[in-house]
Amino acid sequence: MSLIAFLGAIEAGLLFGLVALGVFISFRILDFPDLTVDGSLPLGAATAATLIVSGVDPYLASLAAMAAGALAGLVTALLNVWLGILHLLASILTMISLYTINLRVMGKPNQALLGEATVFTPFEGLGLPFYWLTPLCLLVLLTLAVWLVNRFLSSEIGLGMRATGANPRMAAAQGIETGRMKLLGIALSNSLVGLAGALFAQIQGGADITMGVGVIVVGLAAVILGEALLSTRTILLAAIGCVIGSILYRLAVAFALNADFLGLQAQDLKLITALLVVIAMSLPGLRRRWRSRRRGR
Amino acid sequence: MIRLERIRVTFHPGSAVETRALCDLQLNISAGEFVTVIGSNGAGKSTLLNVIAGETHADSGRILIDERDVTGWSTARRSALVARVFQDPLAGSCENLTLQENLALASCRGHRRSLRPAVNHDRHNDFRHRIAQLGLGLDHRLNDRMGLLSGGQRQAVSLVMATLNPTKILLLDEHTAALDPKTAAFVMALTDRIVRGLGLTTMMVTHSMRQALAHGDRTLMLHEGRIVLDVAGAARSRMQVADLLQLFEQVRGQALDDDKLLLE
Repeated sequence: MSLIAFLGAIEAGLLFGLVALGVFISFRILDFPDLTVDGSLPLGAATAATLIVSGVDPYLASLAAMAAGALAGLVTALLNVWLGILHLLASILTMISLYTINLRVMGKPNQALLGEATVFTPFEGLGLPFYWLTPLCLLVLLTLAVWLVNRFLSSEIGLGMRATGANPRMAAAQGIETGRMKLLGIALSNSLVGLAGALFAQIQGGADITMGVGVIVVGLAAVILGEALLSTRTILLAAIGCVIGSILYRLAVAFALNADFLGLQAQDLKLITALLVVIAMSLPGLRRRWRSRRRGR
Repeated sequence: MIRLERIRVTFHPGSAVETRALCDLQLNISAGEFVTVIGSNGAGKSTLLNVIAGETHADSGRILIDERDVTGWSTARRSALVARVFQDPLAGSCENLTLQENLALASCRGHRRSLRPAVNHDRHNDFRHRIAQLGLGLDHRLNDRMGLLSGGQRQAVSLVMATLNPTKILLLDEHTAALDPKTAAFVMALTDRIVRGLGLTTMMVTHSMRQALAHGDRTLMLHEGRIVLDVAGAARSRMQVADLLQLFEQVRGQALDDDKLLLE
């Protein structure tokens, strides 16, 4: 694997680290399986790309993408909390609706960003080649994001959010408005994913309506991989684990695609990712069953 | 003071399994009173606690805490006035949070939660001091996950959590029922110490008639959603478990088949 391919994998891993942090908040902290991300990633991308093309500052455009993601998450949480629709279904409904919204935002199935200034443009004067620059910028951003997520989840409100996911009855008895916590948490989670979408569009050179397909599985794979590698004893470790999991996932994919003897091609990626998640999620259960069978003998 | 006015709760109304859980229940609890509640399964004990905590909403009637009508309040809103210890030791805390984080959650009860770190130096010292008073050696384990503690330890911590902040009423829902006899006795002694020490208004539901008479200063017996016995003072101190049992059989109109359970 070439250095550029290696750094490209690191870059993609860091970028999807944002998605992994979002998925960590919804799936792990709130115990809320949220598929909205498949729609909020392209939403962030579409919002940022459209705004940048129409002359808005890329930083403002990225903030707007975060807000759009938060709004999408809020819709999912409202469907669940106010209307009592099952969380999984609520998120699928939002995801499907976002397909239309994203087409409406762009006015077409994709929006190119060729030659436009991006959030990375101001750093180009540093003299680094682009394949070093983007991953470094993302590394700084992810460090900040991990710090912020950890800081938030250690606050009084963040602790309330963790209790909401872990023991809702106890949380309510301690005065935590569990519904409000879900609204806040899912909005926060999707704002991170919206930001990932915005940056993705600016790195890739455009937004595309199909770029969200399977994002949830990639995010989940990163979270699970992170949990397998690092302890989840503290929130900080778990958050760092999300990012490292995401990077390792990308590196593994890059190696697999590079290894010609495997005969794998880019189009096999989604199936491999899904299989990886199935294996990772079933391993603990299988291991337990296998152990108890051995003991029973 | 807690006042329940004509509280009615019906489960599955209009269906074949319609159950009157509470029938126009009237109850006044004065400040500082320690009330014990007994009754068979389905008598309405848990429903009574849930109605006060706000987990179950009454079909009709009003609940007043210190003359404030809280009937329409959510559980979270009422938590500023109502503290609770559940029967299941696992229910009262979060096993994936540390002992210290669980206490921090409880120390925010009744306050607005902010973005400040939940655990700080002052709180840490305060928690350490309070947990040390349990005499269980847990004050050195504030950073351990709650899930590592035994049922009795968790229930003791739950009691501390419930009484960390001021409360208008403390609800104890058979909080020793899931413990072994020795641990149950320890938690019950701890309950007496905390309730008396802080002069808390308390309502304790129990399955044990002996416990109902030995603790507190007023005893209620519930049957089919009604209060069939309400004793306090001298009449109560003269009462024996046998008297209570006899009364119980009278209201049920049949001999008890679960004597053992009621006597422990």
